[in-house]
Amino acid sequence: MIEIRNLHAEIDGKQIINGLSLTVQNGEVAAIMGPNGSGKSTLSYVISGRDGYEVTGGEILLNGENILEMNAAERAAHGVFLAFQYPLEIPGVTTMTFLKACLNAQRKSRGEAELSTPDFMKRVKAGAEKLGVPQDMLRRALNVGFSGGEKKRMEVLQMSLLEPSFAILDETDSGLDIDALRIVSEGVNALRDPKRSFLVITHYQRLLDYIVPDTVHVMSKGQIVKTGPKELALELEANGYRDYVGEAA
Amino acid sequence: MAGVMKTPSAAEAKLAADYSGVRAALPGNSAVGQLRDAAFDQFKQAGLPTRRVEAWHYTDLRLAMRDVLPLAKATRTDVALNTLAPAIADVDSIRLVLVDGFFAPELSDVACLPKGVSVASLADVLAKGDAGLMEALSAPGMGQNDAALALNTAFMQGGVIIDVAPATQVATAIEIVALASDGAAQAVYSRSLLRVGHGATITLIEREAGGASHAQQRNHAFVVSLADEAQFEHVFVPAPMSAGSTHVASMLVTLGAKAQFNSFTLTCGGGLLRRQVFMRFDGEHAKGQLAGATLLQGKDHADTTLIVQHVAPHCMSREYFKTVLDGDATGVYQGKVIVAPGAQKTDGAMKSHAILLSDGATMNNKPELEIFADDVVCGHGATVAQLDEDQIFYAMARGLPKPVAQSMLLEAFVDEATDRVESEPVRAYLTGLIAQWLKARGLA
Repeated sequence: MIEIRNLHAEIDGKQIINGLSLTVQNGEVAAIMGPNGSGKSTLSYVISGRDGYEVTGGEILLNGENILEMNAAERAAHGVFLAFQYPLEIPGVTTMTFLKACLNAQRKSRGEAELSTPDFMKRVKAGAEKLGVPQDMLRRALNVGFSGGEKKRMEVLQMSLLEPSFAILDETDSGLDIDALRIVSEGVNALRDPKRSFLVITHYQRLLDYIVPDTVHVMSKGQIVKTGPKELALELEANGYRDYVGEAA
Repeated sequence: MAGVMKTPSAAEAKLAADYSGVRAALPGNSAVGQLRDAAFDQFKQAGLPTRRVEAWHYTDLRLAMRDVLPLAKATRTDVALNTLAPAIADVDSIRLVLVDGFFAPELSDVACLPKGVSVASLADVLAKGDAGLMEALSAPGMGQNDAALALNTAFMQGGVIIDVAPATQVATAIEIVALASDGAAQAVYSRSLLRVGHGATITLIEREAGGASHAQQRNHAFVVSLADEAQFEHVFVPAPMSAGSTHVASMLVTLGAKAQFNSFTLTCGGGLLRRQVFMRFDGEHAKGQLAGATLLQGKDHADTTLIVQHVAPHCMSREYFKTVLDGDATGVYQGKVIVAPGAQKTDGAMKSHAILLSDGATMNNKPELEIFADDVVCGHGATVAQLDEDQIFYAMARGLPKPVAQSMLLEAFVDEATDRVESEPVRAYLTGLIAQWLKARGLA
């Protein structure tokens, strides 16, 4: 469960998050929708601990533990996962090497034994098969030359291996065609779990046809301005954000 | 600047005094003596290279050599060879050992040289003064205006001469291990020669070790002559030296027709290093590649200067260098590819990429092309950048601590250069040294 209380955050001295409060229960899938510039991506960076984003007030509790003092790697080891809108290409580092390094770094940080290569291979292969990720992709440099769909599938594969307790999906639908969207969504849905919570950030209602949320939040000017059931997304699709964002509509 | 009277620096005056003092004791017959005198005269005219000399613009040797260290003396053989230079894992090699520049046959595997490979000591060769060998040693037409090379000719004391007979396929790698006995601050002038006969194949690793506890002024030249269809794989790993040390490591290579040359230099800092390679294509359809990785921190200074001369047509040259700089280190890359009027169908590509890890680090990148033929493909690229913060955040968001993420990205960056080394165990040795360097600076 993640609890964000009265969060204020800025970047380069510019206030982006203005007293945002939000709770996502274990097992819950919450969607955040909002117009461009409302602070959705900033929120995802602040939660995952990106350098340069300064929290000036409030707190973020992951399963009761304040994560604000942790760096991004420590937060990841504590169970935070961010699926990037634009996954980075890492030339010269094979996907397999990267996945193993990340998984074992997290395990080490939690005081768990590192996975042996055969154990790791078994897990990766099983995960890759489920998502239709071909084996040769695992031997290529991470995300280098991958299509938009392949990159997003790789994000979901990483998520399935790292088994986070809280995952943020930042505009996972961007750059995906219908087929890729379906595959990626199925991958995410397979990870839905009573012990895991999701925050799905999206511009469009379309994604929520595939990953059906329990709750929909509307974000504007760095705050949650409306919370409702999944039908709220349909209403937003029909009417836009004007009812919630005041003069900015 | 010839003809202009300059006041010699204290070091230049000391070099002149030292030269007069040791000249008679330096190895060689009278012809060699004349060669030395001519070289020293040339040096005296030019002085130590300063930033006013274009080829030395970023490495002011005159400024760096305020003092002149005493010339290394007799061969010391009480050095712990295997401690200083442990064998490279999985690389079967024949070792030729230089101690303070002097060839030490008693430490070398001279008894088990492969058939077709012969080895001699520079001092012995100079004493005989064989005209053909003298000419080969002086690499005519290359690096002629270089004052540091002239100084090497004047003072050269030790080194090894290796001849590979035509059609010899040397399966075992040859290693030249240059050790510093490290008993005192000293100047070491050495010159080695490798001649690879027609169609012969050889791998040679030049490694240096020791020299970290006392200041060193090293000036080493390696002359390589590849006959037609010869193939030469080369790796050079200079040893990090103590602060205040200077090291000029020159290599002069000529390629015959269809010869193939692949060279890699790994520099892990320490003192001031000037790596200069002169490579000339004398025969058609030859291929030459110069690659390297340079890792610098603190006040390290490393200069890679390449002069590639395409004289014959239809040849291919590749230069590929990666530099990582931290602290207040300074890196220099100067690559000049010269395509002579007759060298049509030359295919040349040169790249130098650097990553700066600190505000205090400096990289000087200067690729140059001088093309006098009209049917060639030549290109160059040079970049200086920082590690990508987005990539670091991405890796951290997956659980990699920042130093590990940085190391991973730097290794990947440098690997693009080490990938050019053919032998897998040698590559593993190099990547091991790179990993050590990253670990030592707290990035792993």
